[in-house]
Amino acid sequence: MEATFAKNKEKVKHTSERKTKRIADIVIFALLSVGAFIMVAPLLWMVTTSLKEREDVFAIPPTWIPDPIQFTKYFEIWEKGPLLSGITNSLTVALSVTIIGTFTSSLAAFAFSKLRFKWKNQLFLLLLASMMIPYPVVMIPQFIIFSNIGWVDTLLPLIVPGLFGNVIMIFFIRQYLTSIPNAIIEAAKIDGCSYFQIYYRIVLPLIKPAIAAQFILWFMAIWNDYLAPILYLNSPERQTLQLVIANFNASYAIQSDYPLIMAASVVALLPMLIVFIIFQKQIIESVAISGVKG
Amino acid sequence: MKAEKSKLYRKEGLYGYLFIAAPVIGFLIFSMIPVAYSSYAAFTDWDGLSQMNFIGLENFKALLHDEYFHKAMFNTIFLMIGIPIGIILSLLLAMGLNRGIWATSTFRVIYYIPVISSIAAIAILWQWAFNGDYGLINQFLGYFGIEGPNWLSDKDTVKPGLILMTVWKGLGYTMLLYLAAIQSVPKTYYEAAKLDGANAFQIFRHITLPMVKPVTFFIVVTSIIGGAQVFTEINIMTPTGGPEYSSATVVFYIWEKAFGNFQLGYASAMAMVLGIFIFVVTLIQFKINEKTSYDMD
Repeated sequence: MEATFAKNKEKVKHTSERKTKRIADIVIFALLSVGAFIMVAPLLWMVTTSLKEREDVFAIPPTWIPDPIQFTKYFEIWEKGPLLSGITNSLTVALSVTIIGTFTSSLAAFAFSKLRFKWKNQLFLLLLASMMIPYPVVMIPQFIIFSNIGWVDTLLPLIVPGLFGNVIMIFFIRQYLTSIPNAIIEAAKIDGCSYFQIYYRIVLPLIKPAIAAQFILWFMAIWNDYLAPILYLNSPERQTLQLVIANFNASYAIQSDYPLIMAASVVALLPMLIVFIIFQKQIIESVAISGVKG
Repeated sequence: MKAEKSKLYRKEGLYGYLFIAAPVIGFLIFSMIPVAYSSYAAFTDWDGLSQMNFIGLENFKALLHDEYFHKAMFNTIFLMIGIPIGIILSLLLAMGLNRGIWATSTFRVIYYIPVISSIAAIAILWQWAFNGDYGLINQFLGYFGIEGPNWLSDKDTVKPGLILMTVWKGLGYTMLLYLAAIQSVPKTYYEAAKLDGANAFQIFRHITLPMVKPVTFFIVVTSIIGGAQVFTEINIMTPTGGPEYSSATVVFYIWEKAFGNFQLGYASAMAMVLGIFIFVVTLIQFKINEKTSYDMD
């Protein structure tokens, strides 16, 4: 009798606790929804502005749903600025850097993690220390070097440094490789594999997930870069996409053609948004890991 | 046998150096040499055309009296107010998302969209959103009967505006790091605390907060390093450095001096100051972190 009473009391306490948790959950869900709306509202507004007519942008009160909805700006942008060459330039830079740079980075990470040689750890620390050097400190001498060999106003100053690898990527792949037993490498050595074969045939397939995530993050960073391109690229048709849209902004804001500017910006955002939606799981996971490990 | 083995090792060492050659050479060419050159150029009157003359500490002395540099430094540090705001908001968001409520992963994706968006496009968008007459922000404030200012052309509101944008853009990233950290806290800690009768605030104060401390440290360090180098949004949203130079950052000023006025020596001196500033602030944080970490035992 006593026991069942206590049990009931416990049950009541339990349900009331559950009830408060449920109410709290609902409140938090509502708050998170408001927050989510604040996060997307500016982006949605960007899209609706791009679908408006030039004059409708100045309607008071402003309208969220354009009337009429018109897609003409999305055709105009290709003629009003070098948007297409901007995209191909950005792709050229980002793809050549990430593909070759991933190769050099992963090869170095393999050596740092699995091969034995003198000064290995000291050299690795040296590379890590270079991450501390802010770009503004090196940008002026770098610019002079590249201008002396006539590379200003070409994509080369944006591509060449990246081909030598990326310290962040080396760091994370090296970290990932510690979970792969050395015995596999030793066995391959005994079987007569060359060191490059070990990298290419054994290590590379094993570290694919780590590479994929770092590859995407690096690609995004290059795609979105602005400071290095603005230093080197002058001719409109040589500029990367980010510079092209910035110039759209500078030149068409005077004519207050905001729909045009917003349409160009939407086009600049879209590729990364699509990449993100497709690979969101990998991206979110690898970013989350970077904080815990770093 | 021994000779055989040492030969093998030598071969392994050779390949080791070969495989790390690219990043090491890249480091020498694109970091080491430029840093050395920059350190020297800081003490010269280098303008990129005429001969470089060693002028000792002249550039640094001039910096002491350069009002624009002081403004740029002040603005750069002022804009970092966004860092604690972002940290508090994102920690709250992460705790909300950690409850396992409905649509958690959807929220995670939505909050992360501004992070992956290009800063150039975001700056363009927000420049338009801050428009005094037709912008989104003032439209929103209008619902509450507040008449918003012309954000970017008023020296008192341009920095708060930039902070707002920065917090909005970075929130998802910080939230994600916190969420991962919170999820890695063993559940038994919370259960034990509940059994001991701890309330929600006590649990937050004595379990969650200490457990996410390494992540907080990581976020603060990286945000300050990043915050010291803000450039793109300033260049796009306030191409002249804002009203009375009230939004120009140090990197913006370096860029203007180096590539606008070709005062390369002077700009190098500023870059040195910035580099040392970042280094010292980071070092101090590591020292503080070391000290306070003992308290946990």
